[in-house]
Amino acid sequence: MEDAKRNEQYNKYVSAKIPKTKWWPSLFNSFLVGGVICLIGQGINDLIMLGFPEMSQQSAWAYTLIILIFIASFLTGIGVYDQIGKYAGGGSIVPITGFSNSIASPSVEFKSEGIIYGICVKMFTIAGPVIVFGVVSSVAVGFIYWIISLF
Amino acid sequence: MPIFLDYLWVFLIGGAVCMIGELLIITTNITSARILVTFELVGVFLQAVGVYDYISDFAGAGVNVPIIGFGASLAKGAIGAVKTNGLLGIFTGGFTATAGGIAAAIFFAFIFALIFKSHTKK
Repeated sequence: MEDAKRNEQYNKYVSAKIPKTKWWPSLFNSFLVGGVICLIGQGINDLIMLGFPEMSQQSAWAYTLIILIFIASFLTGIGVYDQIGKYAGGGSIVPITGFSNSIASPSVEFKSEGIIYGICVKMFTIAGPVIVFGVVSSVAVGFIYWIISLF
Repeated sequence: MPIFLDYLWVFLIGGAVCMIGELLIITTNITSARILVTFELVGVFLQAVGVYDYISDFAGAGVNVPIIGFGASLAKGAIGAVKTNGLLGIFTGGFTATAGGIAAAIFFAFIFALIFKSHTKK
């Protein structure tokens, strides 16, 4: 009983201390930044298709994403992306650049703990779940399609 | 001005997807790992039921750049590999399709982590 009461008090304390984000400005910022990141992606993709017209649509998108990931990792390295993140919230997390940032940011931050236990281990603190769920769900989808294809 | 309209849709749809993410963050205090996983699974689902390609034709980078597109390639890779390789494709398909993105993210993060110093102690 005592514990439950204390937990409840603690939860109240935490929710009082969590910084309240203002709804409309943060929604607008995330819309703006997310939209601009997608525009940059579309621009890169169109340039690739313009320069290499024989390339397949799928390869062009793969190059586009790799270029975006490169830019986001670099901006994370010089500390700019996390500044954008403070301003944009979901706008900088949801695009693939957010995935890239979630890998690069902890690797830069925990560099001081060494290459193995710092960079390589901390790299997957956020990306780990994304990769695990990606593998599990794609195997599930593949399995379902394999079953369907048997009939 | 068809190209202008295309870019307008990319901006509006991409922005809207990100805004839904921000809305989830504000209302439920969800962590960024959960946001990424949620949107990834949405992409897997949309591709698995076969509607993703229609959305992608229309929205372009508006859905391909958000992590929804990553999820969609996972599912697309798995389905395609099952069609060509059968049982083995279940396990190889997802990673094969997304290998470029995952390898790039890990490689660049590693290189830039070696080059740059932490910025949090400013």
